[in-house]
Amino acid sequence: MIHATAAEMAKALAAKEISSVDLTKAHLDRIAEVDSQVKAFLHVDADGALAQAQAVDEKIASGQTLSPLAGVPLALKDVLTQQGVPTTAGSKILQGWRPPYDSTVVAKLKAAGVVIVGKTNMDEFAMGSSTENSGYGPTFNPWDLSRTPGGSSGGSAAAVSAYEAPIAIGSDTGGSIRQPAALTGIVGVRPTYGAVSRFGLIAYSSSLDQAGPFGRTVLDTALLHEIISGHDPKDATSISAPVPAVVHAARNGDVKGVKIGVIKQLQGEGYQKGVQARFDESLQTLASLGAEIVEVDCPSFEYALAAYYLIAPSECSSNLARFDAMRYGLRTGDGQGASAESVMSKTRDAGFGREVKRRIILGTYALSSGYYDAYYGSAQKIRTLIIQDYAKAFTQADVLVSPTAPTTAYKIGEKVDDPMAMYLGDVATIPVNLAGICGMSLPAGLADEDNLPVGFQIMAPAMQDQRLYQVGAALEAALNSKWGGPLLAKAPALGGVK
Amino acid sequence: MSSLSRDEVAKLAALARIEMTEAELLELSSQFGMILDAVARVQEVDLSGVKATSHPQPLENVARPDVVAPSLSPEAALSGAPAQEESRFQVPQILGEAE
Amino acid sequence: MALSYDDVVAKYEPVLGLEVHVELNTKSKMFCSCATEFGAAPNTQTCPVCLALPGALPVVNEKAIESTILIGLALNCKIAPYSRFARKNYFYPDMPKNFQISQYDEPICFDGYVDVEIETEDGPKQFRIEIERVHMEEDTGKSLHVGGATGRIHGADYSLLDYNRAGIPLVEIVTKIVPGTGKYAPEVAKAYVAELRDILRGLKVSDVKMEQGSLRCDANVSLKPIGSDVLGTRSETKNVNSLRSVERAIRGEMIRHAELLNAGQKVKQETRHFQEDTGLTRSGRSKEQAEDYRYFPDPDLVPVTPDAAWIEQLRAGLPERPSVRRKRLQQEWNVPDKEMAAMINADVLDIVEETVSLGADPTKARSWWLGEISRIANEKDLPVAELSIKPVDVAELVSLVSKGELTDKLARQVVEGVIAGEGTPAEVVAQRGIKVVNDDGALMAAIEKVCAEQAETAEKVRGGHLPAAGALIGAVMKETKGQADAARVRELLLKHLGQG
Ligand SMILES: [Mg+2]
Ligand SMILES: [Zn+2]
Repeated sequence: MIHATAAEMAKALAAKEISSVDLTKAHLDRIAEVDSQVKAFLHVDADGALAQAQAVDEKIASGQTLSPLAGVPLALKDVLTQQGVPTTAGSKILQGWRPPYDSTVVAKLKAAGVVIVGKTNMDEFAMGSSTENSGYGPTFNPWDLSRTPGGSSGGSAAAVSAYEAPIAIGSDTGGSIRQPAALTGIVGVRPTYGAVSRFGLIAYSSSLDQAGPFGRTVLDTALLHEIISGHDPKDATSISAPVPAVVHAARNGDVKGVKIGVIKQLQGEGYQKGVQARFDESLQTLASLGAEIVEVDCPSFEYALAAYYLIAPSECSSNLARFDAMRYGLRTGDGQGASAESVMSKTRDAGFGREVKRRIILGTYALSSGYYDAYYGSAQKIRTLIIQDYAKAFTQADVLVSPTAPTTAYKIGEKVDDPMAMYLGDVATIPVNLAGICGMSLPAGLADEDNLPVGFQIMAPAMQDQRLYQVGAALEAALNSKWGGPLLAKAPALGGVK
Repeated sequence: MSSLSRDEVAKLAALARIEMTEAELLELSSQFGMILDAVARVQEVDLSGVKATSHPQPLENVARPDVVAPSLSPEAALSGAPAQEESRFQVPQILGEAE
Repeated sequence: MALSYDDVVAKYEPVLGLEVHVELNTKSKMFCSCATEFGAAPNTQTCPVCLALPGALPVVNEKAIESTILIGLALNCKIAPYSRFARKNYFYPDMPKNFQISQYDEPICFDGYVDVEIETEDGPKQFRIEIERVHMEEDTGKSLHVGGATGRIHGADYSLLDYNRAGIPLVEIVTKIVPGTGKYAPEVAKAYVAELRDILRGLKVSDVKMEQGSLRCDANVSLKPIGSDVLGTRSETKNVNSLRSVERAIRGEMIRHAELLNAGQKVKQETRHFQEDTGLTRSGRSKEQAEDYRYFPDPDLVPVTPDAAWIEQLRAGLPERPSVRRKRLQQEWNVPDKEMAAMINADVLDIVEETVSLGADPTKARSWWLGEISRIANEKDLPVAELSIKPVDVAELVSLVSKGELTDKLARQVVEGVIAGEGTPAEVVAQRGIKVVNDDGALMAAIEKVCAEQAETAEKVRGGHLPAAGALIGAVMKETKGQADAARVRELLLKHLGQG
């Protein structure tokens, strides 16, 4: 049952062939079986999930027509608030905090009858690309338990690829959905900025953050994308326009006559050989399906990483100021005569991990008087240039493509002491965030040198998310038929460290 | 080659209200040169005449009507409080006046 | 030792700068939908947004934008076609996000002015106060300091925080430096704040209650030797929460600065706190280094770009400027200067105007509000506006008196009844059984009785000595327990004594 796609599960539920309670139990059993090795979840809400499943079953029994994913289990990145359920953003500073409110994404999932089985592990406050920066220990890649699943939404990606849930929610500030999707052999989409409400999404970098869907297929991802999207008056940056027809596009994959632009700057040097090979093959596949392949030039992308590592830390230094031991979360150092200021400082030292502190300090520096123009100000101008590069490229192509990440999954611990090496892993995903457009990663095969999954990234203009699905579905179908089934079927049994 | 001294890191840490150990200060200081060199690449480009973008979508004038909606109950508001008294958040003594 | 104020202004020229924070009277907060009711139980008007819970986001209140533009227009400001919110980053427990959403280099209104008039030795004189900017921001929570001897922040064991006020819309109005006020600096500052208060009240955008903190003033003061072009170091005095305090704080700071300068010492650039009890300022804790607020555009909020047509519509709907209105009313009502000043001082102009608009004679309306009603308000130590007597009651009262249904004396009893909550004037009259004795028979009986008792006086009147009638009329009024109409009594009495 757990190996089916979400769309198949929903169909079986609607046809009353299975119940949501049984489906949820099957996933809870799977979690019990494998999560001690994968460590995808920070909190499993078995009771809450079964209660939601029960409610959906009753509605199905009473003949109500429900949403296309009603009764299907989902894993939720711990960055989104869920009323009464522990929410930590992967940080010790929020250990034990139970939000008194639902994020808009959670409210939409609940309204759609999607069963939230638990909260998944992540790099603390979404800062990282390996899930090793979690305050609660790393998540392990189901393809190879000695490797990271990517990050920061590593828990969600690992849960889906380990069949602990058919779909999951992640968030993507610099690639945090697409990169772990690539590294775990699944599909992940970062929707257009403003398409999914950020209300209740614990902020890392407000102008870059966006929640989005994970699935094992393009269609599953589209079904979830549609449910969580839409205008939200509680988020001033939310776009009030109709949700792009992503599900329709995912059901009608087609690239005949579609112009596909390969970004010159996002390939070649710095990309692992096996990654580049699978990317090139995918391009050939697309061409054989009737797509027109062109090369586009985005010269400012060279500075995207630098701009990102100024903008995101700057915003985070301010966003994370609220974690101060006064109203919620951890409080340490509160003794005889201790001042509020010293309690704040001690708590923030104890509660934040190394990477978070590093970025807060970097952001504090970039915004401080005398440095603002040179750092934050320049970064925001680079951002303008990147937007202009995209605008020009999209006059030459309908979608743009690149490898999602320069490498396959790396070993746990391999890069923790080298922040710059870690940051380089986001080089291909970051431009999308800076420009506020949308991007997808889907499996492109396994790299020859390590037999680990490679991701293929598709990018489309803002609010043209359906293009990702139209192209993604076509490529997925062609590759699956070439492979004789989904890539994930090739994943070694869990526990087998190669 | 950029760099940030231990004292400069300490000043930033104080501004960010993070009480760091000496080891943390030194570690950060040693990493900062490399990180700053990398991010300072934004200054390599001629940016004269380029406008800054702080919002990725060109939205304007998003506002809500002046209508009251229910607040949290005080119990819910205080549910995460490390300490409370008389429906108020209890905090350690505050040195210095407000802004 | 202590310098006299005259000594100070003989030697130094004060330079002022005033920052006024106004709480808008919107129904909901600046960035969330919580209510803004004053005095609610602690933390009953809070939500994820104004408590800065993880994940919460701000959305601007459109009424607050409108109110701010109205303020800007009323202060002769330009309205920015493009303005933005910025974050002012600093840590403080009364501010849940540890940044204040404010405006920085892109305020919504800028470059305005207000003219104020004060009495000087040479008669009334006008001063122009230039406005640098008017911008939107949000208020902080309130802390209660527990333990220690004073209940003050210093020496407290811990503090208790109520975030009901956190996120209430604030408008900050900042003047450019105000030179050239000389010895009148304190009066000019007071007049400016009073004028602002009246303008804001006229716009109906704020309760402008200084005592409740909905209008707060920070006063920057520096001195320079007369004739010098070099600005002195300024101090910024906070917590100045009444008009009188504005005057006192500035006078006090001028003296304090002058004493330091005369002693060859330097004035420290610092924040000081006005103490209502002593009238002096106290130094805030000095910070080791100047705070670096790391302002940057708030990425959670989008630019405010008000439509030009809308601004013109708002401009067209602006109420009359308070100074213009005062002049107009004074003319319309034919009020002497002194009386006008008394009305402004007693803050009854609005209420008198409303009473007149309900049909009352301006002189009568004024004399009730300024006289008997103000007297009772004083006794009760309440503002006139907070008594339960309303303009409609006074208009009714004036009408009853003019119709002869009440005498002035009876009307005073009615006022007392209305203030005591006994109802409208008509209801008080009915319940208390107050009525003018109109029955000529009853009056004649009293007149005859009085003339018999005071036969000698009655004879004088009969003999043509009319001033003597006063004593008889008084006695008749007493006899009828004040319920008689004195004019009618006089008429009947004189007729009775052959003088009618
Ligand atoms: Mg301010
Ligand atoms: Zn609120």
